[in-house]
Amino acid sequence: MPVVEITQTVDARGLSCPLPIVRTAQAARTLPSGAVIELIATDAGSIKDVAAWCKATGNELIDQSSDGAVYRFVIRRK
Amino acid sequence: MDEPLNLVLFSGTDDKLQAAAVLTAGAAALGKPVNIFLQYWALDAFRATKIGRDHGLAPEAGPAGRAAVDALTRAGQASWADTLRQAKDLGGVDIQACSLSMDLLHLESLDLDPLVDGVEGVTAFYLNAGDGQVVFI
Repeated sequence: MPVVEITQTVDARGLSCPLPIVRTAQAARTLPSGAVIELIATDAGSIKDVAAWCKATGNELIDQSSDGAVYRFVIRRK
Repeated sequence: MDEPLNLVLFSGTDDKLQAAAVLTAGAAALGKPVNIFLQYWALDAFRATKIGRDHGLAPEAGPAGRAAVDALTRAGQASWADTLRQAKDLGGVDIQACSLSMDLLHLESLDLDPLVDGVEGVTAFYLNAGDGQVVFI
C-alpha cells in the first residue's frame, strides 16, 4: 500500500461514543476534499461507527487497524 | 438522511439528558438535522444557573446505576451539556423551549443557557419536524 500522508490527526482516546465521530466530523468540516484524517480512539463502538459514518457521508475509510484497545482509522475526505 | 430527528425532552435527569445528547451528536455527525423541544423538567435543567449541576438519575438507576454513572464521569465522560455544545458546533441542531413549560416554570428567555436557541409552541415544533420521527424522552 502506498504511503498516505496524514493531513490531520484526531486524538479521541478516552472519549466515549459518539464523541470520536463528532470530533472526526468537526475535523472533516474544516479540511478540503482529498485531505486525510487519522482518528485514534479507544471506544470499541468506533469500529462500526466509523464505517457507518463514512458510508453515510461519502468519506472513504482507507485503512483501519488496532493495537490492543486502541483503534486507528485513516479516512480520506470526500 | 434528510428528514430531521425530532426529540421531545421531558425528563430532567442527567442519564436521560445524556442519552438524548448522544442521539443528537450522532445524528449531527451524519449531517442529519436535529430539532429538540424542551418541556417540563428537561427545560428546568437548561436554566443557566442549573445546567452544570447534578440533576439526579431516573428512579430505575438505583445505587448501582449511580455508581456506574459516577465511574464514567470520573473516567472523563463529557457532560450532556458539553456533548450538546459539540453537536451544535457541527451545525444543524436547533434547541427550542416549549412556551407552555416556560410559563409553568416562570422562565424568561434570559434565564436559559445559551444552548437554547429560542422559545416556540408545539405547532411550530411539528411544522419543523416535517416527516421525521418524533422521539419522546
